[in-house]
Amino acid sequence: MTTTQPPMTDAGSADDEPRSPAGNPIGFGRMLRKEDARFLRGQGHYVDDVALPGMLHGAVLRSPFAHARVVSIDTSGADAYPGVRAVITGKILETLNLAWMPTLSGDVTAVLATDKVRFQGQEVAFVVAESEYIARDALELIDVQYDPLPAIVDAKRALDPQAPVIRDDLEGRTDNHIYDWEAGDAAACDEAFAKADVVVSEDIIYPRVHPAPMETCGSVANMDKVTGKLTVWTTTQAPHAHRTVYALVAGLPEHKIQIISPDIGGGFGNKVGIYPGYVLSIVGSIITGAPVKWMEDRSENLMSTSFARDYHMHGEIAATREGKILALRVNVLADHGAFNGVAQPTKFPAGFFHIFTGSYDYPAAHCKVTAVYTNKALGGVAYACSFRITEAAYFVERMVDCLAFELQMDPAELRMKNLLRPEQFPYTTPTGWVYDSGNYPRALQEAMRIAGYEELRKEQADRRSAASRPDADPSAPLMGIGLSFFTEGVGAGPRKHMDILGLGMADGCELRVHPTGKAQLRLSVQTQGQGHETTFAQIVSHIIGIPPEDIEVLHGDTDNTPFGLGTYGSRSTPVSGAAAAVAAQRIKEKARVVAAAALECSVDDLEWEHGRWFVKGDPEKGKTMAEIAMAAHSSLELPAGVEGHLDASVVYDPPNLTYPFGAYICVVDVDPQTGVVKVRRFIAVDDCGPRINPMIVEGQIHGGLADGIGMALMEVMAFDTEGNHLGGSFMDYLLPTSMECPSWELGMTVTPSPHHPIGVKGVGESATVGSPAAVVNAILDALQIRQADMPFTPAMTWRALQGRAMRPDLAIE
Amino acid sequence: MEISVRVNGSHTEADVEPRLLLVHYLRETLGLTGTHWGCDTSNCGACTVLLDGVPVKSCTVLAVMAEGHDVTTVEGLAKGDALDPVQRGFMEEHGLQCGFCTPGMMLTARALLNGNADPDEKSIREAISGNLCRCTGYENIVRAVRWAVEHSAADETEEAAV
Repeated sequence: MTTTQPPMTDAGSADDEPRSPAGNPIGFGRMLRKEDARFLRGQGHYVDDVALPGMLHGAVLRSPFAHARVVSIDTSGADAYPGVRAVITGKILETLNLAWMPTLSGDVTAVLATDKVRFQGQEVAFVVAESEYIARDALELIDVQYDPLPAIVDAKRALDPQAPVIRDDLEGRTDNHIYDWEAGDAAACDEAFAKADVVVSEDIIYPRVHPAPMETCGSVANMDKVTGKLTVWTTTQAPHAHRTVYALVAGLPEHKIQIISPDIGGGFGNKVGIYPGYVLSIVGSIITGAPVKWMEDRSENLMSTSFARDYHMHGEIAATREGKILALRVNVLADHGAFNGVAQPTKFPAGFFHIFTGSYDYPAAHCKVTAVYTNKALGGVAYACSFRITEAAYFVERMVDCLAFELQMDPAELRMKNLLRPEQFPYTTPTGWVYDSGNYPRALQEAMRIAGYEELRKEQADRRSAASRPDADPSAPLMGIGLSFFTEGVGAGPRKHMDILGLGMADGCELRVHPTGKAQLRLSVQTQGQGHETTFAQIVSHIIGIPPEDIEVLHGDTDNTPFGLGTYGSRSTPVSGAAAAVAAQRIKEKARVVAAAALECSVDDLEWEHGRWFVKGDPEKGKTMAEIAMAAHSSLELPAGVEGHLDASVVYDPPNLTYPFGAYICVVDVDPQTGVVKVRRFIAVDDCGPRINPMIVEGQIHGGLADGIGMALMEVMAFDTEGNHLGGSFMDYLLPTSMECPSWELGMTVTPSPHHPIGVKGVGESATVGSPAAVVNAILDALQIRQADMPFTPAMTWRALQGRAMRPDLAIE
Repeated sequence: MEISVRVNGSHTEADVEPRLLLVHYLRETLGLTGTHWGCDTSNCGACTVLLDGVPVKSCTVLAVMAEGHDVTTVEGLAKGDALDPVQRGFMEEHGLQCGFCTPGMMLTARALLNGNADPDEKSIREAISGNLCRCTGYENIVRAVRWAVEHSAADETEEAAV
């Protein structure tokens, strides 16, 4: 079981906070989740649970081809099928100017194919019927004639001169090139590489994977023709952004659109974008005059919704013979699929990949990213990637291990030699990020202490020596130890630098303290399991001293919450959490004015402790927050210019990202005869600043570590040469189960962010970002091979052991 | 076809298409939306219910196959206001995050405990290996089941919790 170590901290411990009548911490500390009560009883309310009177059901007909011209679509059979109420094709959408819609990256994507299909599983037609069974029956009756075209599935072939042009819908387009983007200083790199004792080059693939939340995507749209109001219950991590996009795209009045994101069964970035199915449920409701539900099935989810990664990286690292890193550079070929639909801040087409310099101190770095179209689904930024920091962290941590391999140096020693030192913070990286705070060596030392690193290396040496004896057991497992150290930049972001579709990445928050001292907090962000209803109540409780059970957190309904960009990129606590903290601080200051009026003293005479303003030197004379709240709503005369009531409304524009970090160590045993990898231990030391609710933080880390096991050992979406998706169900796209996951061993250090109001840094994606490299480094350490690509399925591992590693992303050699 | 199925101790009956899946009978016909649907292929276990006390994936059981049988869903786990120790364990040990896999996971755990009052970690991991969770990394689910083991004394099940 997990051993949680005592924190190594720069901040005060949270455990000394007072308790509420219900036994909860007033402020930070372990608190059971408020949202659990409904989930435990089966009373969660997910999109598929929405049932409206007269509701119809939609189903999408999808392309069996990866690339083909659509010659004709005959819907007459479906139109005539009993129970069918509408059959919608691209031709019909064209008359509404809705056949295409903008992506989050300035491209367009087809809602329903009109000219061509460009990936297997692309949307071709939509049937609305009286039941889902009837709708799916009717799909079989639609006759589509296709003229198949050659498919591009290998990003490395996309720019071949003879490659078919996938996006011939775009005027003047003659190739599959999307963009080139650079960061860092190429000349400085050239200079550093010229002087280096050692240069290591390597090709590293981060294969295409999928967030695959347990709940697929879906929506229920209801257009009320009388009031003109459109209500959409939908699986979205960003309800306000979706509302604005619907208003801009469809020309619907924004004040007449209500987006309700009820309970969400996991998101992981899969539920940021707007999918054709959402739009089709809206069109279906407009056409039929009835509410229309669309829920995709698992294959549709895996084949058509936002994938993650698909980065093909060629890296070079330069160092001295003693192991001092001098420079790092990388050329990336980014497979964006058939439409550029990446969800990331506008100025950063490769997301935050240029944080690839990682956690180390060296002066020169450069990256160039070339993005291409292929005949695969769109997406790219998803699966808890912190806007491509997952790829960046994996890249640098693999390159550092490759360097250690060449230098024959212990990878822990090499890392310790190069980690940024605490006195260097705030630290400006060679590509321009300003890391806010950190004590990296301490985190790595802590991880090594928990792991018993020296003993592990000794055990490994003993095993290797036994294996080299003539009578050695050929089935003896190969032991590997892998490390990774990551730095993330989360909490996007400063609005002057960061926007999505022109919407600045600031978040609003409203806090109302009612007359009896109970409060409601309205958020722009949207939990998908992260426990916002608990954590955000604790943030407010921490500052204004009322019990967290007296604070109701409201979210996921655009009619009842302030505008903001939603939950992804680990941004909720860094941005919206800061908004909540600032709102609470404003309430606390206003409460001081009200208390002074009630106590007939000056605000300067008042002191604050445990949810109460009292007169300095006379602690008996004071007012609790509940008394102040009642006074604020009463006839009490307040100073000139002070309004009554006790409300605050805040928009928080973060001054910088926050930079959580961590040190991970993985121990594996590899069966040399079958290639089966067993993860024996996983040690994770995370530093996300002060922990509001340590129980929830640990849960977030556990989940991310399982992602790392999944990606390192089994998750991949491969394609055959015709563009057939080879991971289109959970029988083919494997997720880690309880059997592959070890019992996580967690530790922590605490380094607050200096610029966040309560010092917290965000943690939702840390472990997904940091863990894959640790697992892969451990496996390659076991195999004593410098590089091979994940996932290390038994077959892939066995092939790597034979010196015949293969590409994971194609069903060809 | 006319079927009658005992669900959470109550008699239910309906005229259903032979192809209707049990998960849809529970969710659409009876309105018991606590049973979730996640994959179609019996891999994820979100739709797990107990059929005569045995965990089954209700996305691959036809409703007509449940004719005359007993089905237990998440809505039937608590006894009135008193949560099952498994439910309490999931809360106490933070065994759920998004809550989508939780009903199926809890029913699998309940069936395990019905057959083995004191399963060790390995047995628990084996028992829940047909139920996928994307949020928790399974650690706290294992702890939640152990919590239920340790708090399953008869007097505690009577306690109302939460």
